[in-house]
Order: sequence, then structure tokens, then C-alpha cells
Amino acid sequence: MKELKVTPIKDGTVIDHITPGRALKVLRILKIPESTSSVVSVAMNVSGKMGKKDIVKVENRELDPKELDKIALIAPKATINIIRDYEVIKKHKVVLPDEVIGIAKCSNPTCISNAREPVESRFHVIGKDPPRIKCYYCEREPEDITEGII
Amino acid sequence: MNFKGRDIISIKDFSKAEIEYLLDYTKKMIPYANGEKHTNVLKEKILCSLFFEPSTRTRLSFESAMNRLGGRVIGFAEPSATSQKKGENLADTIRMADSYSDAIVIRHPQEGAARLAAEFAKAPVLNAGDGAGQHPTQCLLDLFTILMEKKKIKGNNVVLLGDLKYGRTVHSLAYALSMFKADLTFVSPESLKMPKEVINECKELGVEPTSTTSLEKAIKEADVLYVTRIQKERFPDAEEYNRVVGSYKVDATLLKQAKEDLIVMHPLPRVMEIDPEVDKTTHALYFKQAFNGVPVRMALLSLVFGGKKL
Repeated sequence: MKELKVTPIKDGTVIDHITPGRALKVLRILKIPESTSSVVSVAMNVSGKMGKKDIVKVENRELDPKELDKIALIAPKATINIIRDYEVIKKHKVVLPDEVIGIAKCSNPTCISNAREPVESRFHVIGKDPPRIKCYYCEREPEDITEGII
Repeated sequence: MNFKGRDIISIKDFSKAEIEYLLDYTKKMIPYANGEKHTNVLKEKILCSLFFEPSTRTRLSFESAMNRLGGRVIGFAEPSATSQKKGENLADTIRMADSYSDAIVIRHPQEGAARLAAEFAKAPVLNAGDGAGQHPTQCLLDLFTILMEKKKIKGNNVVLLGDLKYGRTVHSLAYALSMFKADLTFVSPESLKMPKEVINECKELGVEPTSTTSLEKAIKEADVLYVTRIQKERFPDAEEYNRVVGSYKVDATLLKQAKEDLIVMHPLPRVMEIDPEVDKTTHALYFKQAFNGVPVRMALLSLVFGGKKL
């Protein structure tokens, strides 16, 4: 954690190696700040060993690393660090699940998932590097994944 | 192979072996589809036919198929007299249809509608076309027509002509023909080219389609010419439609350059893309193709209800 320009946190979760410029979209996927009252700090375009990156820190809350896998859609190289007393006690590299539900809107305006129906958006993951998804309903592949993030 | 209770939503849900099985099963249906033989194998079964968009062939052939199998059909041919008009969502309409019938066939203007219907229905759902999306039964009857006429699908040079951008039938057909290793040529105006996504799918299946704007060039080597209508209803603006409508016309003069055994297919309705004089030639297969909708849909209905012996 020493290489970080922002102050280390005592307890909580650090999401590191987020694709530069995507930290706010990551927060949107994680429904932050709506889902938490913890202190959240965001650093964007931080220089790291592998080039620029974004970082998100959520204090006093340990997010479930598995639950964070869905951010792999827009930040495929992200790592989740669980911090206790300034030490990284668990490190997890996000893995894109085979299906993503409810986090991205289908880009096809005439897709039934965009109509007034009691369903969440749902995509099959058809490629992991780079991430490619296909709508479960209309079978279309959005050109820009980040645009559809709800 | 077990199709009992299965939803028929997209051709991509089927393996090549399953499609071959379906096409083979369809052959058995022909004498029942044309009225030579009779069966009551689906007696007591009710098909609910929900057509939220206009249709002639698909709706009538589904109804004919169910009737020929001894089953019954309820439903509507256009949504204006239904609760959708009052603002009911599709999920609720499907829940109702599910409780009134044993299988549901749906045509809807929005892509993915049939997939959604399948989520809310316990009964099998058969997609009769969802917007610019999938139309699996059309695809199967197209494959069946080529198979019956050419004895095989592999190696035939199939030219897909017309609106390749918005046409739902050509997207599924290009995919299915690639599964069977047909050679593909796409002919369309520049603005209505086959989407890259579809071309990539063909490539992933080992087929390298050729694209051109020249029908004259493509016709000479074609074994199958699959013509589609430039669909006014799919265009976002009238100006673009007016620019491309009437780009191609298949007539007797053009067909003089074609192979003798070329077959001309069309999912119909046609407007002006095939001259009526072609109807009299040996090339014209589109009416037979339309008939094939009945045995194909009979095969599907029979199989989703368990494939009892006729």
C-alpha cells in the first residue's frame, strides 16, 4: 500500500487497479454511496507500476470480493484488498462472471428489457479479455459496455 | 433427442444435430400437412397464438399446423382488442395465456419478447418473430426448403439479397447456413449491409462470406437466391427508406444469367423485389417455401408436446 498517493486506510476495502477514468462507474455498479454510509475516497489517474489507474477505498466496511466480480465488466484488472489494521489480509483479482444481471442497460432501444416489464437487464458474457457481453433477451452485443451502466 | 416442453426462441439455442433431427422429422409431416393423411395426435391440446404484429403466413401456418395435428387454437391476430391496449405489460399477458393453454406462440414488435415470455410461462413458448430479432421457425423452414430441393445444404452457394441490416430472417439464416457450411454471398445496398456481428458469427463457424453490391455478379454462381423485402416498418426514417427501396429487382432478364437449377426463395410478403413473371419459371420456390412452414411447425409442435407417434 506504500505506493499509494492517498492515505492508507485502517480497516475496510480497497479496490485497486481500476481502469483509469472508470472509478465513478465502479461506484455506480456497487451502488455507492446509496448502499453505505462509510467514508469513501476515490483517486483517479494515479500512476502505478503498470501505468495509470483509479483507486476506490471504502472505510470500515469489508465488501464481499465475490460480489465485486461484476465490476470486472468495466475494470477487468481490478483487485480487491481487504484491510484490517493497515494490513492487507485478503487479496482478490476480479473475475468476470458468466452472466451479469441488473448492472447494465441494453443499448438496443427496442429490446424488451427496456420496456415496462418486471425483469432486470441480463447479459451473457461471451468474451472475457476484452470483456464482451450479449443481451440475454435481444441477443445484441453493445458496442460500448461502459455506456449502458445503470 | 428430447424436445418435450422446450421453448423455441432462437435458432442459436439448437445444435446442428438437433436441427438435422428436426428437419428429418419434418419430412414425416408432409403427407399430414398437405391433407393426404390425418392425425389427432394433439387432440385436447390448446395452442395460444399471440400476434402483437401483423402476419399472414406465420400465423396461418401455425394455426394450420396445430389443426392438422388435431389440436385447437385460441388467441388474437392483432393486439388492439386486448388488455395490452389498456397498458398491460407482456409478462402479465403471458401469465394469462399460460393458464389458458398448453403452448404459446408469440409474435411481438420488440426484440427479446419471446425470451421474456418463456420466463413467465410454464408452457413451451414458440417465437414467431420478435421485432428485428429472431424468427427460428422461418429459419427452419428455409433450411428445410433448401434441403428438400438441393438434397444437401453444405457447399451450396447461397446469395442473401436485399435488406440485410434490418431483416431478421437473414441474420438467423446466415448463422444457420454457416453451421451447415454453405457458401454465403451477401448482396445489399451499401446502407443495408449485413451487420458485422453476423459476419463475425459466420466466421466463427468457419464460413467466410463474400459481400458485394452487385447482384449481376453474384447471380452467376448462385445455387440459391434468397430475396428479402426492404422493410419500411424497420426504418428509423422515411428518407433512408426512399433512398434504397427498389435497389434490386429479380426478373426474367436477370435470371437468364443464372444457373439452370437456381432456386429463388423469399420469406414473403414481396412488394416489388421479385417480378411476378418469375412465378412461372422453374426457379420460383417461394410459394413452396411458404407451404413448408406447415410441416416444419407441425414437427415443432409435435415435438414440444412429446413427439408421440402419428
